[in-house]
Formats: sequence, C-alpha cells, structure tokens
Amino acid sequence: MSLAAAEAPPAPRRRWLRLPGREARRGLALVSPTFLYALMLLAAPLTLVVLISFWTQDYLTLDRTFTLANYRTVWLDPQESPLYRLLMGRSLAISGLVTVATVLLAYPIAYFVAFHVERNKALWLFLITIPFWTSYLLRVFLWKVILGYNGVLNSALMGMGFIDQPLTFLLYNANAVVITLAHAWAPFAILPIYVALSKIDRSLLEAAEDLGDGPLRRFWRVTLPLSMPGVIAAALIVFIPTVGDYVTPRLVGGTDGLMIANMIQVQFGKANNAPLGAALSVSAMLIVAAISLLFLWLNRRFSRGGA
Amino acid sequence: MTDDRTRGRALITLDRVEKRFGEVAALDGVSAEIMEGEFFSLLGPSGCGKTTLLRLIAGFDEPTRGTIAIDGKPMAGVPANLRPTNMVFQSYAIFPHLDVAQNVAYGLRRLRLGREETARRVTEALGMVDLAGYGKRAAHALSGGQRQRVALARALVMRPRVLLLDEPLSALDKKLREQMQVELRRLQRAVGITFILVTHDQEEALIMSDRIAVMFDGQIAQLASPETLYRRPVNRRVASFIGVMNFFEAQVTGEAAGLIELDVAGLGRIAIPAEQAPGGVNGASVSVGIRPEMLTLLFSESDRAEHEVSGEVVDAVYYGDMTYYDLRLPGAARPATVSMRNTAGRPILRPGERARVGWGRESLILLA
Amino acid sequence: MSGRRGGPGWLRGYAIGYLVFLYAPVFLLPIFAFNDSAIIAFPLRGFTTANFEQLWATEAMHGALANSLKVAVAASVISTLLGICAARASARYEFPGRRPIIGFIMLPLVLPEIIVAVALLVVLVQLGFSLSLWTVVLGHVLICTPFSIAVLSSAFLNMDRSLEEASQDLGEGRVMTFLRVTLPLVAPGIVASLLIGFTISLDEFIIAFFLTGTEPTLPVYIWSQLRFTAKLPGVMALGCMLLLLSLALLGAAEYFRRRSARQTGSTGGYL
Repeated sequence: MSLAAAEAPPAPRRRWLRLPGREARRGLALVSPTFLYALMLLAAPLTLVVLISFWTQDYLTLDRTFTLANYRTVWLDPQESPLYRLLMGRSLAISGLVTVATVLLAYPIAYFVAFHVERNKALWLFLITIPFWTSYLLRVFLWKVILGYNGVLNSALMGMGFIDQPLTFLLYNANAVVITLAHAWAPFAILPIYVALSKIDRSLLEAAEDLGDGPLRRFWRVTLPLSMPGVIAAALIVFIPTVGDYVTPRLVGGTDGLMIANMIQVQFGKANNAPLGAALSVSAMLIVAAISLLFLWLNRRFSRGGA
Repeated sequence: MTDDRTRGRALITLDRVEKRFGEVAALDGVSAEIMEGEFFSLLGPSGCGKTTLLRLIAGFDEPTRGTIAIDGKPMAGVPANLRPTNMVFQSYAIFPHLDVAQNVAYGLRRLRLGREETARRVTEALGMVDLAGYGKRAAHALSGGQRQRVALARALVMRPRVLLLDEPLSALDKKLREQMQVELRRLQRAVGITFILVTHDQEEALIMSDRIAVMFDGQIAQLASPETLYRRPVNRRVASFIGVMNFFEAQVTGEAAGLIELDVAGLGRIAIPAEQAPGGVNGASVSVGIRPEMLTLLFSESDRAEHEVSGEVVDAVYYGDMTYYDLRLPGAARPATVSMRNTAGRPILRPGERARVGWGRESLILLA
Repeated sequence: MSGRRGGPGWLRGYAIGYLVFLYAPVFLLPIFAFNDSAIIAFPLRGFTTANFEQLWATEAMHGALANSLKVAVAASVISTLLGICAARASARYEFPGRRPIIGFIMLPLVLPEIIVAVALLVVLVQLGFSLSLWTVVLGHVLICTPFSIAVLSSAFLNMDRSLEEASQDLGEGRVMTFLRVTLPLVAPGIVASLLIGFTISLDEFIIAFFLTGTEPTLPVYIWSQLRFTAKLPGVMALGCMLLLLSLALLGAAEYFRRRSARQTGSTGGYL
C-alpha cells in the first residue's frame, strides 16, 4: 500500500448515500416477504382501482382512455348523482352515529375494567371479545330477529303490556343499522380505550385528588385527557370500516338504510360497471381519509391548546 | 503514572477502539491490556461506554474503528458464538423454558461431550455456585440471587478464557450484593479465569478488582489498581467519582529538587513531592485534594500534627461509627469535610465550636 | 371515592347491562336452534334436535364447510408465516421505513373490507385469474396478517433480547439460536396466531362473497340460505355449532397465551 493512499483523508460520507447497516439489512430482508405480499395484493389492486375509475366499460371491454366521466356521474350528473350523494351522505351519517354511540357506550365499560376490576381483568376482556368471534352474518341476522315486527323486543314489550301494537320503527331503517353496528364494533372501541386508560399512572390521579379535585373534576381534567389517544384510535377504528359495511344495511337496513357499499357491490355485480364502482369506491375512500385526517388534526390542535 | 499491571501476559488487547452509534461516539479511542487471570473492572457513570466496551469484547457489536484481540487473535468478524468469552447478563437472561440444569448445559450441547460428561460438568458448575441439587428447578421458580448464580454457572461451565459480567449485582438488595461481591472474588481466585466486571458502583469495583479502568465519555480516564486509584487519582473527576475528596484552590509558587511548592487557600504554604502530582503540573493555578479521613481533628492541647490550621465547625453529621464534620477554614472557598472515628471518650463537636485540623503532606494530592 | 374495588354501583350495573347487550344475539342462537318451529320468532313452540339432524343430511352445507376449512387452514398458516417475518423484523431490527412499512401491512385492519374485496376482484379479473378457493385465500391472508402481527409482536417484544444474546454467547449460531430459544418462547404466540387467523377466515364473508368461484365458503352458503325462511332453523343450528367451534378455538388460544405469559414472566396479553 502506498503512503499516499494511506494518508488520503477518508471520503466524507453523505447521509443519503450511506448504505443500510447489517442490522437494517437483516430487518428489511425479514420484513420483505410480508411487505411484498401487501404490495402485490393491496397496493397494486388499490392502484388499479384508482386507474379503472378513470376508464369506462362497455359490457366486457374496458376503454382505457382517461376520462372523468365516472366522477361526473357520481357527483354532478342530474339524474344519477342525487342517489349516489344520498347514499354517500347516509353512509357517513350512519357511520358517524355508530362511532359516537359505540365510543360513548364503550368508554364506561373500558373505565370499569381498567379501574374497578382488580383480579379478573383478563376474564372481563375475554367476555367482551367473545361475541365478536361468533359468525358476523348470524349476529346481524339475529338483530333482525330481535328488532323485527314479531321480534323478541316487540314480543317482550307486548307481553309485559307496555305496548299494544308492535313497534315498527325498530327494523328496516337507519336505526337498526346503527344499533347493529354499535354492537358489532363494540370490542374494537373498548380495547383501545382500555389500553389507554390502564396506561395512566395511578399516582397522577392521586396527585389530582391531593391537589383538591373531586372525582368528577379529576376525571374531566386528568383521566379523560390522558385517555384521549385511546378514544381517537377507537373512533377511527370504528368509523373507517363501518362506512363501507355491506352486510348490515342489506339485512336490517331496508331501503332507507342502504349504504354506499351496497351500491358499489351492485356496480361490480349486476350493473357490470366496474369503472363507476371504482369511482364510487375512490370517492368514498377519499372522503373517509379526509374526515379522518381532519379529525386527527382537530384533536392534535385541541389537545395541544388544552394541555 | 504507576503501572499496577498484574504480572503475566496480556489476554485481551484493546487498540484505539472506537464505537459510534450514528453521530454519537459511545467509545472514543480506548486502548488497554487486560491480563491473564486478573479481575478487571470497567467503572464509570451510566453512559460512559463501559457496557458498550463489554459488548464489543463479547462480540455482540463490532467496533467502528480500532481492534480487539483475545489471546493474540484479532476478533474482527468473529461472531459472539465463536469467541472464547462468556457473559453474565445484567438481566441474567435465564432461559424461561428450560430448567436450571438445562440452562447450565445449554452451551455444552455443541461441544458433544456425551451425556455423562455433560451431567458431570453441570453438577460441578452448580456445586461451584452453591446450587447443588437445584438442577430440576424451573427457571421461574428462582429468586434473584439464585438466578444470578445460575447465570454464573452457565457461563463458567463453558470454561471461557474471559468471563464478562454486566452489572451482575445491580438487581440484588444490599445485603445479598455484599455477600455476592465476596463470593465472586473468591470464585475468581479459585477458577483463575479472567473476569471483566462492568459496574457503576465504585465501592464494588474497589472491593473486587485487581485493576480498574475508570471511564468517562467513552474514554478511559485512569487505569490502575484500587489503591492507586484512591490515593493518586489523576484528575478532579476521577477523584470525586471514587470516594469523597476535599478540593482546595492553590498556586504553584516554585518547583525545585523534586518538590512542588504550593500556596493552598485554607491550608497555607507547603511543599509536596512531585510524585504526588500524578497528572503533572499545568499552569500556576491548580487544585489540591485531600480525603476526609486524611484530615484529623486535634481534640486536646497535646495533640500534634505535621501541619495544622484552625477553623469553625459548620455542621456535624453523626453516622454511629463515624462523625463527618464540615469545617470552615480561613481562606478556603468551601468548607472542608473531616471524618473522625468515634473512639472511646472522643467528644462530638457542635456547630459553632472551634477546632484544630491536622494533616500530613504525603496525604495531599495535586490535581490537574 | 366510594369503593375502589367494586366501583360505584351504577358503573357495575352498567357493565352488566352492557354485557347483556353484547350477548343478546348469542343467547338467541341456541334458543331458536332447538325451537320446534319453522319461523324464527317468539313464542317458542317446543324442544327439538331436528334442526341439527337436518344438518347432517345437507350435502351443500358439507361442501361449504369443507371449502371453508381448507381456506381457513391455508389462510391461517400463510398469514402466520408472514406475520412471523414482519413481527420479528419490527420487534428486533431497526431499519429505514420500519413504521410506514409495518403501518402499510396493518392497513387492512382499518380498511373497509369491501374495498379490499373490490380491489382484489379487479386485479384478479384483469390478470385473467379464474376465481377459486385460492383467490379467497389470497384475500383472507391479507386481512389475517395484521392480527397475526399484533399477536406475534407482543410475543417477540415480551422476550428479553439478552436471551438470544446469551444463546450466541454460549456458542450457538443464528439459526440454532432461533430454533432453541426464540421459537420455543414464541410458540404459544404462533399457536394463538394460527387459531385467530383460522377463526377470522372461517367467519369472513365479504371477501369470500366477491372472490369465491363456484365453490362457496360457509358464510357465503349461509348468506344464500338467509333468504329462505324455511332454511333458517337449520342455519340457527349451524350457527350454534360454529359458535361452539369458535369458543373452543378461542379457549385454546387464550390457554396458549397464558402459558406464554407465564413462561416469559409477563402479565400483559395481546387483547
């Protein structure tokens, strides 16, 4: 080795040129099968859906010229768009209601398990999750049985003499959809809130009490703010998937309770108009993503200002 | 600097070892030799790089620059499983799915010793750490002290050239810790294997080690025997990390015939031998250190010392066997701490009382 | 604060009421399954096991069940393998893009299933694949993998990393360390992941509805039966059996999770 080479200063390493280290390479190699699977069967399909939404279909042949026609049909067309907009709006409204109801109903139970169950926490969590593991289709169907004209609820109320005629506002409308979905998504709301609550350092609550807060003020000023991450997670976990729910509106929604997913299914199925279905899907996803981001942003602003 | 190297040959040679995590240098050019059969400690506050160095020796990480050689063989590229080192982990890392004997026998499998020889060596190792008869015990049924012993047996059964101990006693309570310190030292003498101990506890390092490397900020500040480290620390940082030290401001007024003449604020003019400046003399303004036990209160008129000054008691803290006094000495920036053994008939002074303090010049140390 | 242990009375009462709400449909299932009536409504008519006996004779149901079992086994095995890779990578290694990559893999957890189903359908049709049980498996792996990762991540994270270092320190290489230490310690997590993946796949409807060819899975079969009032008592009986199967599988999953927790000394679960 020549002296000049030995004394040459080492080339300055650039950050963006630096190759990943041994550990990083191992990690990347290990995650790559799963990542590739997700790329091929999630990213690529989603991309294709977006592409197709800009194409048109005539029976079985796809016309691949770029067009906004599908989006015009969904949002502007005087004949068709009112229906799509109605379904979209109703999906969002129902999902919003379901989210609020589920989170409000779930919070006390999460609070109960986190703070007042001493020994059997695991048992309670297990009990809460069991119904989630029974057939989704049958659970939804059984709500139809409960809420129906000759259903369990009506029979019981009539049997006890509270009503003379069966109540008809229970089934085949948006109410039924909200109740059924609030039931189906309960564990997904309870668990994140429970995790957030159980992470709260108990001495913080004692400190609040020590500094003069009663139970309500302490809850409002310490417990609730500290559990907000769980509430946010619960809200998003419930809101995003329920917008696209198909089974529940079909079974218990009647015609007044149908949602956007039912229309998407029709476009891909009977109507044989995949591009329009794709445009509906993309529109729904964009709206949901926008609402979720807005929600996260508002929460961040709120919690920063509040703390 | 005095060389306290144990006689024998170097087993581990560290040459300008450097370890960077991103932009942060955890080790910044460490060179040292660790001798065959010695009990060597890496001592320093958390974040000083001592654990990083131990992990580099074990082979869990590779140095960014510099070389590590064990037994003359460079270790670059040699993974942990092929190095003649074994480790006692801070968490003990007892395999929870195996019982005690299976834990101890874990590494023997590769040696293909045969069932009987394996069992013999496991029994021997368990006996060595006072766990004879515990072989069938489940890992989760062990106490902290027992886990520590299993970890030790599991490493020793491999008959390593070097045993690495990463804060092995920090999880134990005080009494058990003190007992284990003595036992570990005795065990090391018995098996004759080189031990490298990482600890942040200066007392532990002093009690157990043949030599100690004191580390700050990824560098070895001083490498010496416990006694040298205590009596002749090279700088203020080492001096105050190990034991308690009083510091006084001083001016160097002259150097002649192996003596350094000093004017010490609070203690007066004095000349000390040059060897009492292990870090050398840099500039005219220096610090002088003296341990609390090297200062003596002269209680009766007839008590005499080589040098003495008088001051006022600011505070007295009673420890039972000892009393620690803080004394304000005229001219000194801070009160000086003096420790006195509470022997029979010796009074305890109260704050406000005046007292004479005596010391000998050989107990002073000049710090850079 | 009144009674830290039991909590205020109203909170406990609410909790019990909530459980009743959660279990209402589940309780009805056996009631109607054993009810001797062709319509699913009160009042009850009498006890019968005819609905169960009828199940034995329904060939179409047997075919659907066999299809579902095949799909569920394939989906749970593949998703657990993929989950092991991803969970191990994210728990053990730091690599560029770790969070976005894992986040993307977990995306099906919050994506409406109909979107997943539609997207897969479109791509499979474009590529000219014919729909079969395998296309259902592809979709089910996608939605089961996030659950596998969630279960396995906690198994990998709960494991003290120094255990693997100790194995290497005692002379074992990378592969043997994985086999002798890592695998036994995460085995309960793997079993739990298999069981959960199996249960999810067995119950999944939308993706199967879109991607199944001529061979229906059990939920698709049930969906087709829900339209015929006469078939409903039989469906109730089938639902009962499925419920028992789910409970058995979940009980097994919980048992393995607890065993794992005991072994690694951790108390936290993946729930």
